[in-house]
Amino acid sequence: MENRIRAARPHMTRNEGLIFELSSPGKSGVDWSRLDVPAASAEKLWGEEMVRAEIEGFPEISETEVIRHFTRLSTWNYGVDTGLYPLGSCTMKHNPRINEVVARLEGLATDHPYAPESLAQGCLKILAETARCLAEITGMDAVSLQPAAGAQGELTGILIIRACLADRGNARRIILIPDSAHGTNPASVTISGYQVRNLKSNPRGCVDLNEIEKAMTEDVAGLMLTNPNTLGVFEEHIQEIARRVHAKGGLVYMDGANLNALMGVARPADFGVDVMHMNLHKTFTTPHGGGGPGSGPVAVKKFLEPYLPSPAVGRSSDGSYYLDYNRPKSIGRVRAFYGNFGMAVRALAYIQANGAAGLRQTTEDAVLNANYVRSRLKDLYELPYDAPSMHECVFSDRRQAARGVRTGDIAKRLMDYGFHPYTTSFPLIVSGALMIEPTETAGKAELDAFVDAMRSLAREIEEDPQFVLKAPYTTRVTRLDETAAARKPVLRWKP
Amino acid sequence: MRGLKFMYPPELLYTKEHEWIRVDELTGMIGITDHAQKELGDIVFVELPKPGDHVTAKESFGTVESVKAVSEVYSPVTGAVTAVNTKLQNNPELINSDPHGEAWLIKVRLTDRSETESLMTADEYEAYIQEEKAH
Amino acid sequence: MRYLPNSPAERAAMLEATGHKSIEELFAQIPDAVKFRGRLNLPGPFSEQEILEYFREASSQTSREYVSLLGAGAYSHYRPAAIDSLISRSEFFTAYTPYQAELAQGTLQAMFEFQTLITQLTGMDVANASLYDGSTATTEAVLMALRITRRHRVLLARTVHPEYRQVVKTYTQHGGVELAEADYSASGQLGLDQVAASLTPETAALVVQSPNFLGTIERTREIAEIAHQSGALLIVTITEPLALALVRPPIDADLVCGEAQSFGVPVAFGGPYVGFLAAKEQLVRQMPGRLVGQAYDTEGRRGFVLTLATREQHIRREKATSNICTNQSLCALVATIYLSLLGKKGLRSLAQHNLSKAAYAAAEWGSVPGATLPFSAPRFNEFVVKMPAPAEEVLAAWREEKILGGLNLERFYPELKDHLLVCVTETVSKAAIDRAAAVLAQVAARYQGQVLGARG
Repeated sequence: MENRIRAARPHMTRNEGLIFELSSPGKSGVDWSRLDVPAASAEKLWGEEMVRAEIEGFPEISETEVIRHFTRLSTWNYGVDTGLYPLGSCTMKHNPRINEVVARLEGLATDHPYAPESLAQGCLKILAETARCLAEITGMDAVSLQPAAGAQGELTGILIIRACLADRGNARRIILIPDSAHGTNPASVTISGYQVRNLKSNPRGCVDLNEIEKAMTEDVAGLMLTNPNTLGVFEEHIQEIARRVHAKGGLVYMDGANLNALMGVARPADFGVDVMHMNLHKTFTTPHGGGGPGSGPVAVKKFLEPYLPSPAVGRSSDGSYYLDYNRPKSIGRVRAFYGNFGMAVRALAYIQANGAAGLRQTTEDAVLNANYVRSRLKDLYELPYDAPSMHECVFSDRRQAARGVRTGDIAKRLMDYGFHPYTTSFPLIVSGALMIEPTETAGKAELDAFVDAMRSLAREIEEDPQFVLKAPYTTRVTRLDETAAARKPVLRWKP
Repeated sequence: MRGLKFMYPPELLYTKEHEWIRVDELTGMIGITDHAQKELGDIVFVELPKPGDHVTAKESFGTVESVKAVSEVYSPVTGAVTAVNTKLQNNPELINSDPHGEAWLIKVRLTDRSETESLMTADEYEAYIQEEKAH
Repeated sequence: MRYLPNSPAERAAMLEATGHKSIEELFAQIPDAVKFRGRLNLPGPFSEQEILEYFREASSQTSREYVSLLGAGAYSHYRPAAIDSLISRSEFFTAYTPYQAELAQGTLQAMFEFQTLITQLTGMDVANASLYDGSTATTEAVLMALRITRRHRVLLARTVHPEYRQVVKTYTQHGGVELAEADYSASGQLGLDQVAASLTPETAALVVQSPNFLGTIERTREIAEIAHQSGALLIVTITEPLALALVRPPIDADLVCGEAQSFGVPVAFGGPYVGFLAAKEQLVRQMPGRLVGQAYDTEGRRGFVLTLATREQHIRREKATSNICTNQSLCALVATIYLSLLGKKGLRSLAQHNLSKAAYAAAEWGSVPGATLPFSAPRFNEFVVKMPAPAEEVLAAWREEKILGGLNLERFYPELKDHLLVCVTETVSKAAIDRAAAVLAQVAARYQGQVLGARG
């Protein structure tokens, strides 16, 4: 049986090569219109030595082959549309198609960022309204859409803290980060010129109040935390944590990656957060696109508004919108132009589709789904912390590890069941973590199928761990030799 | 499963950060231990100083990378780098196969031999690893 | 709500399985004092028609009916139809970062192709799988140079996009870095002697843009020599990489970065775009961002995988080369498809069209009495025209004709009063160029008449 399946492998779709390998001289996928002005010669205008020869190795392909090539490539991927994508803290939720339609409307897709304001009112209005909605959802007072992604939002937020404290006379030197934090947190802090001090989590996996007490000094600019944290647990002492930080003159930054657990239920502004970022590509369903683009808006309390990136979108008394560059206390720009406008369009459309009630229901469903999965797997997979889960649950591979199977191996075998893996090995405070965030986009039937797969997997691990260790068996490629790839990296095609 | 227990070479001295050093008068040869290479997994890259660079006891002088992790390597002693194991550029896997021998990282000229007095013997290091595993 | 796949009965069944009596119990961990009990003031819930109406209305308040002569870092080029159709394949656009390689070979191979195309265009050895945009790519290149040389000064040409320079400043302001500027010469290019004089032993990198913000092409070979003599790296940033189809690539540079938006990514009021960063081979381990490498599976089949991950934030944390997590995968895919469709001949042909259109426009507008072309150096599809009348008058007159004139340079270069930066791509017809010339002539005549009249 095995051999017959193998023989069927030389399959058109599965054996597509690189685009350069399909190339042949003389082909092109585009025909240009006839030139309606006299043809200019680069050689004459610039001199021969400034003109390049043809681009060696560049593909020459017809439109047909380009379409077949990328269509085939797409079949090798798994997307949210394919099925459950339970990556923790990634919020792989449904990408509504109306968002794609409106983002492509002429004018919105084509306006130049330097168009005069009088001819960009539609775009400016969208930026302003999206910012307003995000402020409303978080309870904060002002929002900048400039940061291109979550990590950039974090950087922006820490720079804002620094600017504010410097304004008050002392920027201070340290930022506190729980050891459960996402890697972008400490990396962002370092760029801002601060030192990272790690806080050990308590036995519940949450921020330890004693640790805060010890660590919070007048040399600490602030605390950077995620709430719910990376275990999916709400920091129940958040008010006291914030109070202790504020008492010593520090500020509280919140990584809003897990905002999907809070919409309409709790607002960060109400539990002591001074500045935070959001991920439009998580909570607000702008498409992940295989790893970007994203958008990482930053929201602040009123006293931090002057430090937001420049320009901001303002509204005149006559109702028209304008770009406000008169921001002397701004931290400056974190990128050219105004932000990922195309993502703001999609996020706003999503907010409009839901309304306040829809967003609240979304959060409730997300939390219910995660708890359902938790309740149906906790007899087979170990729960390292008993604190209640919100929108994601985290297991440890301790039981399976006893059979020699780790979280990464379980993930590979899960692919054979037709699911994308959960997040492996993160957060670091859990040994062999399995972080599962189903999001509200999973229906009960889908969740039951996932639970059944995980239960079947647990049985396989008991009975035949070696079989699991060699998975996956049904994907287009099996496990790739990452060691060899890292030792002698081949990062481009060569003829 | 009972198998051959790895014997840490008795002529070497060991640090809590899992480096080893072979000392001969004022010459030292430094590497990382078998325990360290096991923790890291398949080594893919090593970043080392240049001959002539200065190293300080307890401070990092380079890194060892596997696919999924990076580890700083800390010097057990203070001194000057006299040689660097260039074989590791193209064959970092030597660290996995022969961490205490062929895969030495750097050679140094010590400035203060007494610094080696606080290092662990092979027996002490083995006990230390056992204790670490228990936590 | 149409995006939520659970019915009340299904919710009830799941709730029961969790052992809770109500949804509220699931939020019990949240202190009462902190629970939100109000009503969020948000629009909606809207039907699809209502959403469409809102955005259609917004799109009517834009410059969609105008011919655009704006460039300056964001370029209007024709987008072949196949692009949107392919990126709308949901396995591409709803997929996540390809950390689980077996389920993401589509994205990984496409990114490997992107990396290859960028190295071919720039003449460098390696390229990453994209960064946020040109401004942050330039900044990351600067940070790389600082790390590699361990020096603390960066010399930026004043003709690097002004907003790019602002971003470099934001990112380096707390790193003990000194930023210095090198000005342009009368030809519009950097003055080589001036550059040589401005470099110091503390300079980590010289950053130039080519074609630069004023549209002129820099002499990167000579500049590289000067920079290297001083031990500094040369970073060349490119906002209009279509030029690379015709211009000799900056192979003498150490790092080549920039903005690939021209390759099929919509102008979209400033984003999302896609930055690229390419380097010489020996610098690869200092590169930020994602890198896709070739690998083989247990059966010996070729595949692709994210590699050299130990540079990145999720492993190095505070010691990472950068804090970057996302790349611009879908936009990089757009660029890959665009470049594949155009190919060797199509890209060069398009570049020649752009060159021809801009040359024609420059000749037409530059010959209007009172107008001049101040910069004589070679240029591609962007150039500076000194207007025969106040720039705002010209822009207003052009707007009447539904032409979105170029950028008033006084905004960024106070010494360039009444100079406009115009960009003429294949999207601007001869008829539009001629109309613009006619209007320009009228405005010129009217203004000169006023001036003469004022003199009495």
